[in-house]
Amino acid sequence: MSDVKKFLYVNRKAPHGTIYALESLEVVLIGAAFEQDVALAFLDDGVYQLVKGWDTSELGVKNFQPAYTALGDYDIQKVYVERESLEERGLSEDDLIEMTYEDEDDDWAEKSSIRIVSREEMAQIMRDSDVILSF
Amino acid sequence: MCKNKNKDLRSTWIWQGIKPVKLGICVLEGPYQHEASDTAYNFAVAALEKGHEIFRVFFYHDGVNNATRLMVPPQDDRHIQKRWSELAEQHNLDLVVCVAAAQRRGILDEEEMKRHGKDANNIAPGFRISGLGQLIEAEIQCDRVVFFGD
Repeated sequence: MSDVKKFLYVNRKAPHGTIYALESLEVVLIGAAFEQDVALAFLDDGVYQLVKGWDTSELGVKNFQPAYTALGDYDIQKVYVERESLEERGLSEDDLIEMTYEDEDDDWAEKSSIRIVSREEMAQIMRDSDVILSF
Repeated sequence: MCKNKNKDLRSTWIWQGIKPVKLGICVLEGPYQHEASDTAYNFAVAALEKGHEIFRVFFYHDGVNNATRLMVPPQDDRHIQKRWSELAEQHNLDLVVCVAAAQRRGILDEEEMKRHGKDANNIAPGFRISGLGQLIEAEIQCDRVVFFGD
């Protein structure tokens, strides 16, 4: 499989209440082994997946938020977060966890993977993707 | 005539059956509670009638519950599992159930049953249990993978 496609994983749902977020993350982690061009998108309630400071102790479910910060190790460098979705929920970039990757072309400098984009830009990102996996 | 890169136009061609394409289907919801599995089935039937190829149907999230042969719906209702199994047999479809999602929800084949020391299995004919890599492979191989969810 030599051909590389542009993959976009679209996360629209809150991290808790349903299993969509966790199982979406599992696809991303497995998919990373296929050496495709991968990007993640967070919009609607999906932005809550990246809000820092999860405490799942009283839910009795595993806190899988550390897995998001580890995505840089899986060579995932593009994480698009929709600005309108943040604003509609009273959130800003400051509320989000840090996600970083090491830039191979810049002496492995650590850079933020998170890119805040407008709804219009998000639509264009979707149009430019070959494959969209929406969870 | 299909040189145009416009994806909207390309999907129109799919609907009109002008150019056969290689399709993947991903079912994300279980039977009966949601219509996703029904819609995916109807889509699969329509696509096959139009001469398109279905490379794989992948069952994920609660979609894995479509694969239990133990479901017993009322006789005057559709039998969602049997419908998939029969379609798979008629068209030699590859119905793949995600192993991680299946384990959580108690969908087991004989091998998984033995591996986990369980006393029964419930996978239906025509379905096989495999990994998420099968979904990624479908995304790479297919012209388009259509997701059916809530």
